Amino acid sequence: MKVTLTNFDKAFENRIRLQIMSVLVANESYDFNSLKELLDVTDGNLASHLKALEKEEYITVNKSFLGRKPNTRYVASALGVQAFKKHLQELENLIRQQRG
Amino acid sequence: MEDKDLIAEISSIRNIMDRSTKFISLSGLSGVMAGIYALVGAWLAYKLLYVTDDSFIVRGYYRLLEERLILIAMAVLFLSVLTGVLLTLRKAGKKGQSVWNQTSQSLLLNGALPLATGGVFCGIMLLRGHYEVIAPCTLIFYGLALVAASKYTFGDVKWLGIFDIALGLLAAVFPGYGLFFWAFGFGVLHILYGTIMHFKYDR
Repeated sequence: MKVTLTNFDKAFENRIRLQIMSVLVANESYDFNSLKELLDVTDGNLASHLKALEKEEYITVNKSFLGRKPNTRYVASALGVQAFKKHLQELENLIRQQRG
Repeated sequence: MEDKDLIAEISSIRNIMDRSTKFISLSGLSGVMAGIYALVGAWLAYKLLYVTDDSFIVRGYYRLLEERLILIAMAVLFLSVLTGVLLTLRKAGKKGQSVWNQTSQSLLLNGALPLATGGVFCGIMLLRGHYEVIAPCTLIFYGLALVAASKYTFGDVKWLGIFDIALGLLAAVFPGYGLFFWAFGFGVLHILYGTIMHFKYDR
């Protein structure tokens, strides 16, 4: 059965990006290293997906220092949370459509 | 997209949300061990308190008894924490997860506040000679710490906390039976919950 994908968010087409967003929606904020470990991805891979989400203004970046070590934390923006919810709703609709 | 893919997608989202907020390397077996230490400690305390010839209880001895009880309590606490840390490290190692991450930090931070408050409060009560409040207070504050920390680990921990709080309040209603409530809350409940957690999550 053919289903429409018009309402799907292009930013979430990639699974890693969708997973990053899931983590940030469920948590107040998350740091780079914890994200990397959780999603089991490489530094470069994670950085490029974060950059893409940042460009969409779905997440904001807080850079600070813990002692001498840089600590980069990511926070989902209101726009990002909204987009994530819409995407989930769309997934749900698709399932209903296919079963209906 | 196929139906199956969609469901896999959604379950992967839920899985990652759960794993990002919960520390799941806590070992159930360490709960069982903590319960056993508590029961042994309670039994030693019981012997000290009740199976001693009355004629020995004179002023100097009383001071010593108090110190011995605190020593037993400290030993139980130390062994429990040590076992908990070691078994959790082992479980995390087996699963290839790190133990020092955002979830474990949230877990400790949230549990530490009620626990430290209770610890200091009980210390003050001991110094002021209010021995009868120690058993209820340790149970209540420990229960509150579990409830506060449970948000960051298995939900079952919350129920252990609620039972400990209830036991603490009961212990306050029946002064003089503190040791029995304490043994039940820290010993029997720990063993029960540790066993449940072990069979539910550790295998």
